Amino acid sequence: MPDSKQMPERDRTIGKKALLEVRELRKYFPIRKGIFGRETEQVKAVDGVSFDVFEQETLGLVGESGCGKSTTGNTILQLLTPTSGTVRYDGVELTTLDGKKLRQMRQHIQMIFQNPYASLNPRLTVSQIVSEPLNTFRPQMSKRERQEIVQEMLQLVGLNPAFINRYPHEFSGGQRQRIGIARALTLDPAFIVCDEPIAALDVSIQAQVVNLLRRLQKQLGLTYLFISHDLSMVRFISDRIAVMYLGKLVEVADKDTLYNNALHPYSQALLSAVPVANPKRERNRQQIILQGDVPSPANPPSGCNFNTRCPVAIDRCFVEEPALREVETGHWCACHLVD
Amino acid sequence: MAHLLDVENLQTEFHTSEGVVKAVNGISYTLEEGGILGIVGESGSGKSVSVLSLLKLLPQPPALIKDGAATFDGRDLLAMTDKEIRAVRGNEIAIIFQDPMTSLNPIMKIGKQIGEALELHMGMNESDARQRTIELLNHVGIPMAEQRIDQYPHQLSGGMRQRVMIALGLSCNPRLLIADEPTTALDVTIQAQIIALVRGLQEETGMAVIWITHDLGVIAGLADQVIVMYSGYVVEYAAVDDLFENPRHPYTLGLLSSLPEMGDDETEELQTIRGTPPDLINLPPGCPFAPRCDYVIERCLAENPPLTTVQNPADPGVEGQTAHLAACWVNVDTGQAR
Amino acid sequence: MNTKPPSPTTLSDASASEASKFEGILNGSDAQELVESQGFWRTTWRRLLRHPVGRIGLVIVVILVIMALFAPLLSPYDPNAIDFTNRFSPPTFAHPMGTDDFGRDTLSRILYGARISLMVGVIAVGIAGSVGTFLGMVSGYTSRRWLDETIMRGMDILFAFPAILLAIAIMAALGKGVANAMVAIGLVYIPIFARIARGAVLSVRNEEYVKAARALGTPSYVILPRHLLPNAMAPLIVEVSLSLAFAILAEAALSFFGLGTQPPDPSWGRMLSEGRAYFQQSFWMALFPGLAIMFSVMGFNFLGDGLRDALDPKMKQVLEAKNR
Repeated sequence: MPDSKQMPERDRTIGKKALLEVRELRKYFPIRKGIFGRETEQVKAVDGVSFDVFEQETLGLVGESGCGKSTTGNTILQLLTPTSGTVRYDGVELTTLDGKKLRQMRQHIQMIFQNPYASLNPRLTVSQIVSEPLNTFRPQMSKRERQEIVQEMLQLVGLNPAFINRYPHEFSGGQRQRIGIARALTLDPAFIVCDEPIAALDVSIQAQVVNLLRRLQKQLGLTYLFISHDLSMVRFISDRIAVMYLGKLVEVADKDTLYNNALHPYSQALLSAVPVANPKRERNRQQIILQGDVPSPANPPSGCNFNTRCPVAIDRCFVEEPALREVETGHWCACHLVD
Repeated sequence: MAHLLDVENLQTEFHTSEGVVKAVNGISYTLEEGGILGIVGESGSGKSVSVLSLLKLLPQPPALIKDGAATFDGRDLLAMTDKEIRAVRGNEIAIIFQDPMTSLNPIMKIGKQIGEALELHMGMNESDARQRTIELLNHVGIPMAEQRIDQYPHQLSGGMRQRVMIALGLSCNPRLLIADEPTTALDVTIQAQIIALVRGLQEETGMAVIWITHDLGVIAGLADQVIVMYSGYVVEYAAVDDLFENPRHPYTLGLLSSLPEMGDDETEELQTIRGTPPDLINLPPGCPFAPRCDYVIERCLAENPPLTTVQNPADPGVEGQTAHLAACWVNVDTGQAR
Repeated sequence: MNTKPPSPTTLSDASASEASKFEGILNGSDAQELVESQGFWRTTWRRLLRHPVGRIGLVIVVILVIMALFAPLLSPYDPNAIDFTNRFSPPTFAHPMGTDDFGRDTLSRILYGARISLMVGVIAVGIAGSVGTFLGMVSGYTSRRWLDETIMRGMDILFAFPAILLAIAIMAALGKGVANAMVAIGLVYIPIFARIARGAVLSVRNEEYVKAARALGTPSYVILPRHLLPNAMAPLIVEVSLSLAFAILAEAALSFFGLGTQPPDPSWGRMLSEGRAYFQQSFWMALFPGLAIMFSVMGFNFLGDGLRDALDPKMKQVLEAKNR
C-alpha cells in the first residue's frame, strides 16, 4: 500500500472554471407560536448569498456565530432544503434533483463536520464508519476489497490501519476528526465542505489537522469550502475569503487583499478584533471595538444589516440595502461607502 | 513590598474510579497589587483547577489539595475554614467563568443576583443594592440597565451575560479578579469588547487580574506576566515581552510556532507539536513534555526539570521586573544541556 | 466553538502510559496511541451485576427461566395427573406445595405454569416490541408530519384504554385460549413501545452522525436500523423487561377470568382462580400461584430497573467505582 506521505504532490493550479455556483441562496426557518403552531416569524439564517468556488481552490467562509455560515454549508449540500436559490455543482442543479439522483451526487460532494465527538456513530467500528459510503454506492465490492480501501484511507489520513476494528471512544478528538476525514474521502469526491473542522480541537492538534487537510488537497486535487470563525487559520488555508454577517455576504476577496485592504467596515472590525500574539504590536495598535450586539436574524434591521453597529454608517445605510458589487477585479463588497 | 498573592507549591489531585489524577503538581507564582497575570495552557494543563483550588471551589472529595500554600494579603487561603473563605469569595477575590449561562442562576433575575452579593458582603439594604446594581450594569456597558436589571439570563446574549458576570464580580470592589477563559466561547468581536472592558476597569480600580486562556493573542494584549502550564506544572514564567520574544521552553516555542500568523509567508505547513497530552493518572517519569519535545535529551526522560531562573531581570533594583524562569534541562538556543 | 473544558477525567482518552509505547510516541505522530476499553454490552453487564436491585431481579428471572426450561425434569409429578385420593393435601414431604381440588401436585403445576407465563410473555412482548418499535421509529424519523400524527393518534387511542380491560375486550372479540391471549396482550402493549421508540429516535435523529450518514448518501431505510436503532435501544431494552412483568400479570389476569389458558393447562392465573373457591380450607392452593406471580413480576421489574440504571451513562460513577 502506498505510503500517503510518498504520494506525489502536484502543484495546485486553481481552475478558471467554477466547480460550485451558488446564486441567491436563502434559508429561512419558521418560528411557530401559539397553539396552532402558526408561523409568526422567520429566522433569516441565509438571506440571498451568491458566490462561486473554483476548481482546486479553498474558499474560506468566515463570520461570527449566527451569521449563517454553517447553515450555508448545510444548505449547499442539501442537508437542509433551501427556501429559494440555486446551487449548481459541475453544471448540475442540486436543488431540483430527486432523492435518488441527489444521493448519487453525494459521491462527489462531501462534508467534514465540526464535532468529532458527535459525528461518528459510537456503536460502529472505524471500519464500519469509513466503509459506509462503499456499502451504499459500491455494493458489489467484496468485504476484503472494502477492508483494503478502509486501510488505505486510514493511512492517507495518518492513522494506524491496525485500528480498523476499534470504536470511536477509544480515540482522541484529533484522531476522530481524521476518521471523519477518511470517511469523507472514501469515494474520492472532488468537493468538500469543511464545517468548522478544527473548532472543537485543542490548539496544538488544530495545526496537525489543518496540515493534513492542506496536504490532502494537494495530493487529491480537492476543492474546499472552509467554514470557520478562526480568522488566522482561515488565512492560512484559504485562497479566497468570503465574509458573512447576519445571513448576507459583505465582502469577498482573495486572502492577501482581504487581510491587507479590507473595505467593508465589518471586515475591518473583525480583522481588528483578532488578538495578535505579539505584545508590542498589541499595545500599539488601534483596535476597532464595535458597540452592541448582533441583531436577531429573525428581525434584521432595514437597510444594511450592519447599520446598528457600524461606526461609519450614513443615512443611506438605514434605508437602502447595499448590493454585493465587484469594486475591483475579484474583490466584492456590499457597502454604500465603497463605490 | 509584600505580594498580593503568593502561591507556593500548590498540588491538587482528583481521586477517581480510574485512579488518581494529578491535576496540579506543585506550582508557585506571585502576583502584585494591580498586576495582571496570564495563565496559558491547553485543556488538561491544570490551569483552571489551580485557581479553583485557591478559592476552594473544588468538591473535596473527589478533589484533594495535597499540599501548598496560597497567601493572599497575608492570609493562607488554603488553610481557611469554609466560613472564612466564603467571606473572601465574591468579596475580595472575584471569579468569572467561561460559560455565564451555567454560572448565573437561570431562574433568578440578574439584578437580584448582583443585589444578593451586595447585600451579603457590603451589608446594603435592598434599595441601595438596586441603585448600585444599576450603576454597575451601566459601568460594564449594558445598555438600558434599568430594564435589564429585571431580566433573566436567557434573555441576554452571551456577551451581555459575561458583562453581568463581570458586574457581579466587581460589585464588592475586589482586590483580585480571576477570569477563567471568560471569552473562549464568545465571538471575536465580542471578545474584543470584553477584553477592552476588563482592561479599562483594571486601570480604573487598580485591581489585580489573573486571566486564564489558551489563546496567546489574548495574553499578548492583556498580561504583564505570564505562566505557561503543561500537565499540572509551570513550565515557563516570564514577563510578557520576554516570553514572546525569547521563549525558553520547548512547549512555549511549539505553541508560538504553531500559530498561523507567525508564518506570514507561504509556509507549506504549520509547525505542530506532535503527539498528544499525557495521561494525568499515569504521568511518565521525567519531564511530562518529553514525549513530544524536539529538544529531548536522555536526562529529560529520567528527571523532571525544576523551574529555574534562566535569565535575571535586566534591572534587579527596579520594582516590577520579573525574572524569566523555565523548567527545562536544555538550552533551546543551542540545543545543549544547560 | 470552545475547546473542551479542562476536566481531569477526559484526559484518560489520551496516550497510553506504558514505557514500551514511548518509542512509538517519540518517533511517530499522535495516531499511534489508543485507550483500552471494553465494549458496550460488556460494560452494561458488569454494571448490572453491581446494581443491588437489578441483581435480585436477575436471579429471579434466571430461576424462572430454569423452572420453565427444565419443568419436565424438575417436576415430581405430571402436572395434570389426577389423584382423587389425595385432594386438598396441605404441603407435605410428598407434595411440598400441597395438592389442589383434583389431587394434582401444585409444585409440578407451578413449574409448568412458568412455561406458560414465560411463553406468553415472550411472544406477546415480541409482537408488541417489533410492531411497536417499527411504528415508533417510522413515526419518529419521517419528515411527513401527517404520517407521524396518524400513527401517534392511533397509538393514543389504544393507550387510552386501561391495559387489562383492553386485553379482555380483545379476547372477547377473538375468543378464548392461550394463543389469543398472546395476541391480545401484544396488541395492548404496542403503543408504549411505539412511544418509546419514537422518543428515542427523535432524540437521536439530530445527532451529528445521523447527519453525516445522510451526507454520505446513505438511504433512510439503512439509517434507521444502522444508526438510529442501536443508539435508541437502551430505553427499549428496559421496556422489554418491564413489559414482560406486565405480560405475566396480564396472562394471569386473563386466565383468572377464564379467558386465557384453558383447563386443564396449569396457568398460574387459572390456579389462583381455582384456589379462590377453596381459600377457606386450603389456602395453599391460591398462595403458591399467587407468590409465583408476585415474584415473577417483581423479578422482571427489578431487572428492568437494574437495566435502566446500567444503561444510563450518568450512573457511571455509582456503578463503576472500584473503591466501594
